[in-house]
Amino acid sequence: MFDTALTAADLLFLAKGAGVTILVTLISVALGTLLGIVFGVIRYQVGPWWAAPLTFVLDVFRSVPLLIQLVLANAFLGVVLKLRMSGFTVACGVLTMYTAAYCAEIVRGGIEAVPMNTRRAARSLGMTWRQDMTSIVMPLATRVALPSWIGLALGVMKDSALVYVVQVTELLKSTQILITRLQEPLFLLMICGAFYFLISFPLARLGGYLERRWTND
Amino acid sequence: MIEIENVRKSFGSLEVLKGIDLTVDKGEVLTVIGGSGSGKSTLLTCINGLEPINGGRIVVDGIEVHAKSTNLNKLRQKIGIVFQQFNAFPHLTVLENVTLAPRKVLGMSKAQAEEIAVRQLSHVGLGDKLGVYPTRMSGGQQQRMAIARALAMSPSYMLFDEVTSALDPMLVGEVLDTLRMLASEGMTMICVTHEMKFAREVSDRVAFFHKGVMAEIAPPAELFGAPKDPELQKFLAATH
Repeated sequence: MFDTALTAADLLFLAKGAGVTILVTLISVALGTLLGIVFGVIRYQVGPWWAAPLTFVLDVFRSVPLLIQLVLANAFLGVVLKLRMSGFTVACGVLTMYTAAYCAEIVRGGIEAVPMNTRRAARSLGMTWRQDMTSIVMPLATRVALPSWIGLALGVMKDSALVYVVQVTELLKSTQILITRLQEPLFLLMICGAFYFLISFPLARLGGYLERRWTND
Repeated sequence: MIEIENVRKSFGSLEVLKGIDLTVDKGEVLTVIGGSGSGKSTLLTCINGLEPINGGRIVVDGIEVHAKSTNLNKLRQKIGIVFQQFNAFPHLTVLENVTLAPRKVLGMSKAQAEEIAVRQLSHVGLGDKLGVYPTRMSGGQQQRMAIARALAMSPSYMLFDEVTSALDPMLVGEVLDTLRMLASEGMTMICVTHEMKFAREVSDRVAFFHKGVMAEIAPPAELFGAPKDPELQKFLAATH
């Protein structure tokens, strides 16, 4: 097993791929979550009828496989709109919308879980809609939504492996390049898996930590 | 002064308030009694604009509650309301529950809001619970916290919507004592309640609601001593 052709330079190459995976994930999850909060609040606030167009668009992003979204978005932006965009930008854009589509549902569910009576109590104290949203609804909805959101973030991190189709060399693509050269697929996939684990583990633990901290109330 | 003129309110095809006329003067304690579905709780949520009305008008200190131009958030600062469910903010400590609105709505500093909150919480007997989360407290304590939370906004009026109905019988007394204390301090109050003894003791006037109509209103001695309305006679016979 230790008889391998893998060099330190190859490991560095994998680490760079992991860096790209982290970067794509961070950007997409951050922007996607912000957008998801906006979409989720809109969907909750305007009711199912007025939100129907938005719901439809989000449904598309949730139901079409990510691989297809990436290829089509790349072709559409490059060939139809003739925009010169890097694969990295396209990847972040598509993953952001993908995250936002799922996050909007998580946010809507979280808001719905806040009891109407609690919100009435806030409004009866003279608090505005905005103050009720920021001081009461968001903190309470966050507690409900956190486990699903952690799951989403971890899912997006792993799904980001698909961005190789728009020429972004992230962790899995880097691994495949090495496999082609070294012909040691199992060993390299183990290392690749270990990298994914190292990236996910802190996030999963952060979720556990926050949940424990919030159970006092 | 709260002036209620011919107020009508429907939920769908169900008319729950069928033209209510009522005036509550400053310093008065009015209790509202009546069976379930008589519209008494709905009236309270209409007074502070949490519910729209379908006819008539409600005027609080010269401001028409349901007029389009009325800033409800501003108006609600002077009308405190406490509900049947305690509606504590579960993610905040007792002290934070009470300081939230004074800080956000009135723009008080943290120190200023805490000074008022500590005073109000001590007033309702929760001076030793400041750092506790509401879910760790009994229903009676949570309800007293809700009263302190409303009082911290220095309201001119307090509305109480069956505040003891969700409480363990053992805990009703402590909340009623708090209401008695407020009444004795001259707070203008409208209390929707099923506690007849309480209504008899603290009220200046008692109103009896039946099927969306205010069937009778009189000082407690008169209303309980010599009820005129036949429905009220039945209601009192059933609750005594």
